[in-house]
Amino acid sequence: MSNLIPHLPALQVVIPLFAAPLCLLAGRTGLAWIIALAASSAATATAMALAYLTYHNGVISYQMGGWAPPWGIEYVVDTANAFILLLVSSIATMVLIYSPASVAKEIRPGRGHLYYCMYILCLTGLLGIAITGDAFNVFVFLEISSLSSYALIAMGGQRKALTAAFQYLVMGTIGATFFLIGVGLLYMMTGTLNMADLQTRIPGIQDSRPVLAAFAFITVGLALKAALFPMHLWLPNAYAYAPSGVSAFMAATATKVSLYVLLRFTFTIFGAKYAFGNLPLHWVLLVPAVLAMFAGSFSAIFQRDIKRMLAYSSVAQIGYITLAISLASSAGVTAALIHIFNHGLMKAALFCAMGCIFYRISSTRIDAMAGLGRQMPWTMTAIVAGGLSLLGVPLTAGFISKWYLVQAALQSNLWWLVILIALSSMLALVYVWRLVEALYFKEPSPNNAAVTEAPLSMLLPTLLLAGANIYFGIDTRVPVAMAEHAAELLMRGQIW
Amino acid sequence: MLQVILDHYNYWIAILLMMIGLYTVVARGNLVKKLVGLNIFQTSVFLLYITMGKVAGGTAPILDDRFTVYSNPIPHVLILTAIVVGVATTALGLALVVRIKESYGTIEEDELNLLDGEM
Repeated sequence: MSNLIPHLPALQVVIPLFAAPLCLLAGRTGLAWIIALAASSAATATAMALAYLTYHNGVISYQMGGWAPPWGIEYVVDTANAFILLLVSSIATMVLIYSPASVAKEIRPGRGHLYYCMYILCLTGLLGIAITGDAFNVFVFLEISSLSSYALIAMGGQRKALTAAFQYLVMGTIGATFFLIGVGLLYMMTGTLNMADLQTRIPGIQDSRPVLAAFAFITVGLALKAALFPMHLWLPNAYAYAPSGVSAFMAATATKVSLYVLLRFTFTIFGAKYAFGNLPLHWVLLVPAVLAMFAGSFSAIFQRDIKRMLAYSSVAQIGYITLAISLASSAGVTAALIHIFNHGLMKAALFCAMGCIFYRISSTRIDAMAGLGRQMPWTMTAIVAGGLSLLGVPLTAGFISKWYLVQAALQSNLWWLVILIALSSMLALVYVWRLVEALYFKEPSPNNAAVTEAPLSMLLPTLLLAGANIYFGIDTRVPVAMAEHAAELLMRGQIW
Repeated sequence: MLQVILDHYNYWIAILLMMIGLYTVVARGNLVKKLVGLNIFQTSVFLLYITMGKVAGGTAPILDDRFTVYSNPIPHVLILTAIVVGVATTALGLALVVRIKESYGTIEEDELNLLDGEM
């Protein structure tokens, strides 16, 4: 066991990577599920071990294949990406536990093993993006996760899933190609792709045109992948028409990983002084972030499909995270990381609950689920917990996010931002209330008379995720300590 | 001015292709044409990488006393990976187009939007 520890960073990616073809070869849905779950659990255990080791002993560097950086590919784990790895792998595992019943209902028979193959491949990509210390390697993993997620979205039951997947494919490819152009320009100027090496070489040439262009291309490309307003157009349909498990997994993790890469490039590679001092990144991020908070929440209010409503709410929540990043302070980055974590929990719980409803009534439209509060009490409990967390009510994880966000804004003397945050939270109250009202206070529709609670295999993970929203609203030690430590490392722009 | 353009003609071609590709993606309503545009856009980036690795008069990196000037092979190798990604993207995109045609009976964006009841 002890001689495995030095190889943990490689295992983090290699285990799910090898599980993907095994799922395909398994050929049967049940067997593929077991393989996927085993790989995902192993990835979660690895992420926990890495988070523990890096928090206590400092940065871990791993040389792929023994090739020394900057020539070889280096995997680097510090507290910031250990935090992301932990979030991505644990959400993936929870959603996998939840998946079998929803896959049996939503995926065409005989295709289940392909679903798990793509799912675990998507996980591989997201983990790879987070762990690698090589700029080009980020692109490769970005495409692994993107390509598998296009396929996953297209597996959604309605035909709209196909057009949503196509739209995402076009936008996602443009975003990734922008990122590729940026990395290419950086390579042209520095002759290196290693992130630590880039960091030492950029300051000497930071005012040259290609570096400026590279910075712009990378920022825009990542903003597209992260669905920052107004580049969010692919997101609502993609999340609304994807299979339930995919919506839950992707909404909780995919955009978050892109935001992490944005943090990494802005703070570690280019440096906060360059991005926010020499260049106006503060306003470039702040304005779309504020617009996202309002446009996203406002659009969410008018959605009839609740999955689509949650997707628009994600656009608004990405606005909060970007807002926190734009403050470029230690408190801001802490708030961003905490909200990345907490929003992952909220959206995973809410999309899982929507999956439970879809399992019973084959719809996620608000008029179809009227009065279900009495028939599916536990699912509704999860929705209420997730909804309260989304609003930022005290004793929920969402409150912790808002608390740190408001503190960060005040620390930067931007008191008007606090007002905007409060106003946009009011909009969230409107759409969450609309949902609660429909579920509890509307007359039940006669079509749903025979509806009962969702199966336990779906309900249990949903309730666990919803419970996590409450738990991390009360006991905030782990996420806050990790986020603060990570923010400190990022702000220092420490060389790995 | 003309000299600047001529000296860097490879970069100008890359940018021209990039813009043609991006314009096609945005302006064309036919999904296959969109994919072709996306392909041109990606290919322009391949060209950008290949051109930056090329050293004028340099050969392939072969260890031999007769050669002293080499092109940088790393961008060329990198772009092999990106080409594979591009092929996979195109294949997946075309597969989606086939399934869209099967379930909607059309691959024109405006008709699809009409059928979906949007916009």
